[in-house]
Amino acid sequence: MNYRDAGLSDGEYNKIKEMLGREPNDLETILTGVMWSEHCSYKSTRRLLAKFPQKGRYLVQGPGENAGVVDCHGGWGMAFKVESHNHPSAVAPYQGAATGVGGIIRDILAMGARPAASMDGLFFGMPGSGRSSALAEGIVEGIAGYGNAVGVPTIGGKTFYDPCFEGNPLVNAFSCGIVRLDRIVSSKTARVGDLAVLLGSKTGRDGIAGASFASRELDEGNRESRGHIQIGDPFEEKLLIECCLDLLESELIVSMQDMGAAGILSSSSEIAHKSGVGIEIVCERIPLREEMEPWEIFLSESQERMLLIVSPDKYEDVRATADHYALECAAAGSITDDGRYRVIRNGVTLADLPVGILGDAPAIDWPAAVPADMDERRAVPRDMKSSDPGGDLLKMIGSPHGSCRRDIWTQYDCQVQLRTAAEPGEPVSALRMPDSDSLVLFAMEAEPWKCRADPRIGAMETMAHSIRVLALAGADVLGMTNCLNFPSPEHPENYYELVQCVEGLAAVCRDMECPVVSGNVSLYNETPRGGIYPTPLVVTAGLVPHYTYFVSGGHAREGDEVYLAGPTSGSLGSSRWQVLCHSKDMRPKGASWMYDAAKEKDFVSKAVLVSRKADIKKSARVVAGGGLAVALAKEVIFSGVGMTIDIADKNPEEVLFSEGGPRALYVIPPASAEKFVSCWKGFPVTRLGTAGGNSLVVKGCFEVSRDDLAAEFFGGGK
Amino acid sequence: MKTAVVVFPGSNCDADVARAIADSDLGPVEMVWHDEGDFKSAGGPDLVVLPGGFAHGDYLRSGALAAKSRIMKAVKSHADGGGLVLGICNGFQVLTEARLLPGALLPNKNLRFICAPCHVRVERSDTPFTKAFKEGQVVQFPIAHHEGLYFLPPDELAALESRGQVVFRYSAPAKFGEPADAGERYSPNGSLNGIAGVINKRGNVLGLMPHPERSTLKNLIRGTDGRVFWQSLGEYFGVWGDK
Repeated sequence: MNYRDAGLSDGEYNKIKEMLGREPNDLETILTGVMWSEHCSYKSTRRLLAKFPQKGRYLVQGPGENAGVVDCHGGWGMAFKVESHNHPSAVAPYQGAATGVGGIIRDILAMGARPAASMDGLFFGMPGSGRSSALAEGIVEGIAGYGNAVGVPTIGGKTFYDPCFEGNPLVNAFSCGIVRLDRIVSSKTARVGDLAVLLGSKTGRDGIAGASFASRELDEGNRESRGHIQIGDPFEEKLLIECCLDLLESELIVSMQDMGAAGILSSSSEIAHKSGVGIEIVCERIPLREEMEPWEIFLSESQERMLLIVSPDKYEDVRATADHYALECAAAGSITDDGRYRVIRNGVTLADLPVGILGDAPAIDWPAAVPADMDERRAVPRDMKSSDPGGDLLKMIGSPHGSCRRDIWTQYDCQVQLRTAAEPGEPVSALRMPDSDSLVLFAMEAEPWKCRADPRIGAMETMAHSIRVLALAGADVLGMTNCLNFPSPEHPENYYELVQCVEGLAAVCRDMECPVVSGNVSLYNETPRGGIYPTPLVVTAGLVPHYTYFVSGGHAREGDEVYLAGPTSGSLGSSRWQVLCHSKDMRPKGASWMYDAAKEKDFVSKAVLVSRKADIKKSARVVAGGGLAVALAKEVIFSGVGMTIDIADKNPEEVLFSEGGPRALYVIPPASAEKFVSCWKGFPVTRLGTAGGNSLVVKGCFEVSRDDLAAEFFGGGK
Repeated sequence: MKTAVVVFPGSNCDADVARAIADSDLGPVEMVWHDEGDFKSAGGPDLVVLPGGFAHGDYLRSGALAAKSRIMKAVKSHADGGGLVLGICNGFQVLTEARLLPGALLPNKNLRFICAPCHVRVERSDTPFTKAFKEGQVVQFPIAHHEGLYFLPPDELAALESRGQVVFRYSAPAKFGEPADAGERYSPNGSLNGIAGVINKRGNVLGLMPHPERSTLKNLIRGTDGRVFWQSLGEYFGVWGDK
């Protein structure tokens, strides 16, 4: 066969020959080709990702395992990771999204954690346009169908709509799990003589070579390539979860690895490589659904399978446990001492590679070039004016970006396992930790418009925003996971944007002492109509030591005082107002708020301080999409009380609609006001007005009734 | 009071129910795997719970396979002997499939899974499961299901109503001092007559779609109205002695 059909470049093929000291045979070429695909090897981004800081006082396990882990006190850790399932979801929305959920749950399980919650970042074309609505509906149903049945609650997420995602929707599946810190599973612990055991579904022809499929642009040809799509079975996964946790509890397994991209091949070679041993897999011992060629067996992405590493004397007990859960279980191979990756069938060696070769694809540094229109993108349009600020607010609140997404999240079971401590739709998701009063919070953020306008500043704002949301809610930052969704890195301008985004995220993480614990990269998100905007999605985790410290919005009462903590304005560049109300063609224009580390740190420490003061009653939310106006509107809607605000002679567009920067809205009873203000000493805090009545009134600017706001918010977004 | 929670392979609310019962101080809870022949606890359990979830994946009708499970023989004889059986959500579906309760649970009217808080009116407070409620009291129990539309042919439905077998009915939120309206127009799922929970004629087998265990533990979302549900059972069995 031609090595190019295996996705290898001339240079890569020569490198393989050099490493092997001979020509690889066909099977070896295919196996190496898949492991060296972008999806499996991160060859275009590996060096870039090394820029992410991995220091933090809560860090237990950084990148390099199936998921990161942070210390949540009391001997408990939280494993978490986000991963894309963009390409499969574009082709087969229900199954693509469903198996995305299943895959990330197995990553968490592989750490020895009980999967405790999921979230999803969804990026769609505009509702009602083209295929977008059908895709969006299928994707949401897939997440619901799988997540609900597998018994892991979907506690929150993010949705975003822009024409750039038309035909190339993004599905970023996040999952987290609770693990005893002394029970974390590592993929570095396989020992010579251990058995490699396959647990779960039989291997079939579904999803063969999905990894290399995900490493290309989508075109009409591969849209038909449904053979690459995996089919999920949440019932099997539920059994797999319970069985694996049971095996761990009984100390019957040494290690385990989930089978995701490139199935048996990548899971078995990774575990051998990381453990510094060899591995031998015997084809005829693998339970198959149908007759298959060896290359198909090794690349199959059949779902709901785990690879277990088992000491031979424990194997019978492992089998008995698998029987109890009615799961297929087979010792398909063994760990060897010679560092080779060997495929054997009927006594004949079909492939014999150094284990390292599979894990060590040569890195690629693509050339980067500043986009020709970068200055134009960055420039914030001057003198943007609104002729109808109240109307603009209603438009934003009723847009798909601003309106209530309950049509989506009521389809998800958000409560099973009884840990959920914040309603879906809240700015943060919250879980109660076992045997403790603490909460772990997650904030999922992405700002494609801002990253388009200026990738570095946009990424900084994305990351800083996630930390502000956590701090306001009362949390110390634990760590971050991310999914980098970009178009093809082979275009220098795209690669430039990728580099800038990574550097932007990394800089904020370093400043804010937030380790990057895990992550995933999805490149080639483009269709013949064009690429997506740079879309780094982050999920940042935080710890609230006691649930009584948790601060949320929607508790304003008649007579309370309304405060803005932080600068009175951010940037109108690429704000929701600029894109939805000012631009004629929904194009983001102008750089967002210029990140300032000192101000962010100051905000975080003061917001956390406020959260700890039990004697300060508060209702609060971060000023974000739609600016202060939308933050006020949401407080009015959820609190059921109006507000009257005086912005004096300041520029109303700037004050009301600008976004970004460390800014938050607080509503405080008069009795607590003095204490509240003193907490912010040295940081700007402005008294804006009072809560009361049935309307949101901005003096001299507009008045909108609570009923109108609520009608747009709950009825809009279509 | 001894409770047995049946665990089907795809049950996912089994541990939640056990936690809610433990949190309510109702005594020991035994988890029973679906292919066991009988309950282990000496003298048998006082209450058997069929929890929520997707018993066998529910790729056929929800609960259809579970109704044929080995343990269901023991559940039936427990019920036949007058023992209490509680089916929540998928457990309710299993009870109808096993003919321990009348009716069927069809796909929700909007053909979607619905997870939401909802209001139900307690229609009877003279059952072991509801004795701590006031009749007509409105409580918030969350729902989370894809097949919750309670269906019976018209004549059987009328008979069910006339026998007072409807224990919980979807309703409007409680208004202070006024009886709350309840019925089909409040059904989140299209359930006939707004039926959320029914009991058998003998009064010892209850099935309901809402999850009282999801509004039991404190400091989580969706309230704590479910505590009164477990309190009823505790009072019925005299768990806390005479007050």
